[in-house]
Amino acid sequence: MGRLKEDRSDRSDWKGVWVFAEQRQGVLNSVAIELLGEGKKLADDIGTELCALLIGENMGDIAKDLIAYGADKVYVADAPLLKNYTTDGYTNVFEQAIEAYKPEIILLGATHIGRDLAPRVAKRVTTGLTADCTHLDYDSTKYTDFLAAITPAKVADKKIEDNAYNLKMTRPAFGGNLMATITCGSCRPQMATVRPGVMDKATRDDSRKGEVISLDIKLSEADIRTKVLEIVKTAKDMVSLTDAEIIVSGGAGLGSADGFKLMQEFADAVGGVVGASRAAVDAGWIDHSHQVGQTGTTVKPKIYFACGISGAIQHLAGMQNSDIIVAINKNEIAPIFEVADYGIVGDLYKVVPMIIEAWGKNA
Amino acid sequence: MKILVCAKQVPNTKNVTTDPVTGRINREGVESILNPDDANGLEAALAIKDANPGSTVTVISMGPDQAKEMLIECMAMGADDCILLSDRKFGGSDTWATSNAIAAGIKKIGDFDLLIGGRQAIDGDTAQVGPQIAEKLGIPQVTYAQDIKIDGKKVTVQRQLEDGYETIEVQMPCMITCVKELNEPRYMNIGRIYDAYDHPERITVWGFDDVDIREDETGLKPSPTNVFTSFAPAPKGAGKMLEGTEQEMVDQLFAEFKEKHII
Ligand SMILES: Cc1cc2nc3c(=O)[nH]c(=O)nc-3n(C[C@H](O)[C@H](O)[C@H](O)COP(=O)(O)OP(=O)(O)OC[C@H]3O[C@@H](n4cnc5c(N)ncnc54)[C@H](O)[C@@H]3O)c2cc1C
Ligand SMILES: Nc1ncnc2c1ncn2[C@@H]1O[C@H](COP(=O)(O)O)[C@@H](O)[C@H]1O
Repeated sequence: MGRLKEDRSDRSDWKGVWVFAEQRQGVLNSVAIELLGEGKKLADDIGTELCALLIGENMGDIAKDLIAYGADKVYVADAPLLKNYTTDGYTNVFEQAIEAYKPEIILLGATHIGRDLAPRVAKRVTTGLTADCTHLDYDSTKYTDFLAAITPAKVADKKIEDNAYNLKMTRPAFGGNLMATITCGSCRPQMATVRPGVMDKATRDDSRKGEVISLDIKLSEADIRTKVLEIVKTAKDMVSLTDAEIIVSGGAGLGSADGFKLMQEFADAVGGVVGASRAAVDAGWIDHSHQVGQTGTTVKPKIYFACGISGAIQHLAGMQNSDIIVAINKNEIAPIFEVADYGIVGDLYKVVPMIIEAWGKNA
Repeated sequence: MKILVCAKQVPNTKNVTTDPVTGRINREGVESILNPDDANGLEAALAIKDANPGSTVTVISMGPDQAKEMLIECMAMGADDCILLSDRKFGGSDTWATSNAIAAGIKKIGDFDLLIGGRQAIDGDTAQVGPQIAEKLGIPQVTYAQDIKIDGKKVTVQRQLEDGYETIEVQMPCMITCVKELNEPRYMNIGRIYDAYDHPERITVWGFDDVDIREDETGLKPSPTNVFTSFAPAPKGAGKMLEGTEQEMVDQLFAEFKEKHII
């Protein structure tokens, strides 16, 4: 279904930017608000509408929230069979919605649900899928400006021209060692999963008007081949690293699990959240839910304090977009200093208590 | 029970470096390894085989000829035999095209009970190939498996979530993709390493003409996604190294914070 004709004349049949409004147990995932923020920019550049697809059962006011966050239309599939996420149930809904409305672009959060669902949907409707994007452009000028700002690499004008009407989807690969921009020129919809915590959230405006459209979905029990027996939360609270304005992160340089007591004290003093590098998590000093980086959470706080973190590329991939990075490390050649706005070469066990004290006086 | 495992040979991205100007990966001297999540997938298959005597484990891979090294490693861990899909016509495939080729290989193998893969490969980092093979084959999938229990034809999987897990029940045949928390992959067995080298016939190589696939289903051109450009990530502009004693550095930091209205 998704293949365009060789002459690409049927491209204009596909319209609108769609975001998947992932919700779990009636709570909207914050990545959906990030997708609406990013989707709005793309929709404005294209001159088209922004739509949200909401799937579940009895989802209360979520559709209204999505409109307040910028959706012009919300397509809702509400059915008892869709109460919990299942690959088959949601894929069937997606397929029917795509067939009925032919969106030009679909964005999903690269969550454990998004990464299960998106590849299945893309395959079902015969289109491409770009994984785990961290930057999206439709407008070619904006894309060239983006490239110029971060790399000396140049793209031929011809290539840019040929892709004027394609979404340019940029993502890390090879463990963050390489960035690649992917396009999907021969198929529609253009689909991408987007890494949570990277895009700016849409601002809420309750005066916004929008349309809620109920989808007429054909789905039977037999279509769903997996059964969800239980959903268990193990993290005491979802460590909300993605929403934190200040993160104090500890790494191998803490020396022991005890070091995280100091980090907690630090976090409490500055009103922040404790993060960790993979080394500290692998050492068993702190739960995986605190991990920042390629295989953990991507964060973008106002201030990121990196304490005793060397700055492996996989860690940097998850925190280098923080507004201000302060690095405290004994080793003056630690790679973390290459991304730090302020570098302090010193013993974190001396420096952190001083920062806590100075914070109390100044903030 | 007949178990199939998808495994991929990948460059060890921990040691990869890029040329900041051309954005190309420096491939020389980078070792190739069995994709880490796939080792967990193979271990899961071997553990099921251990518990269900008479079961077989077949590894299927797509890649260039050198992927045989990885397949020998898989046999040294305990896989019974291997299929390598290798043909220039497969090269340049994105996940859509890769999954078509691997699904075609699996159809040629015939009936199976379980298809196990890794959650994601550390080169492309997409986590898309597993679900797309399942879709092509028309079988259910459970991704992010951190625990697998088998009871006859019923499989119960703990599927990892960001803040916990969900328990999912599914019937065979199905596809399961594994995370590293699932198990600890076993070591290769020396005897089996020799054995694997002595029996090259246990690796079957299939090319494009050996499987039921069309030219417009695999390879570079039919792939819906294209790598438009690639480049090394820009290091953020170097910041300021503070100087002096620890107390002086902290004082400077707060002076900067105040001046820039950060706090
Ligand atoms: C930086 C980057 C980002 C990517 N992002 C996406 C994305 O977002 N979405 C997407 O769908 N795809 C994407 N891809 C493609 C995807 O990663 C590939 O389908 C897959 O992961 C293999 O990548 P590769 O580097 O081995 O590709 P290639 O080297 O082009 O190989 C493609 C496939 O063909 C096999 N192959 C290569 N040579 C041969 C041969 N002689 N015989 C048989 N098989 C062979 C490889 O083993 C591989 O499976 C991306 C690729 C790169 C390099
Ligand atoms: N070329 C391949 N041959 C065999 N299995 C593969 C191949 N590419 C991907 N897979 C399987 O799909 C999983 C996810 O790969 P990817 O989508 O590239 O992240 C891997 O862990 C493998 O189990």
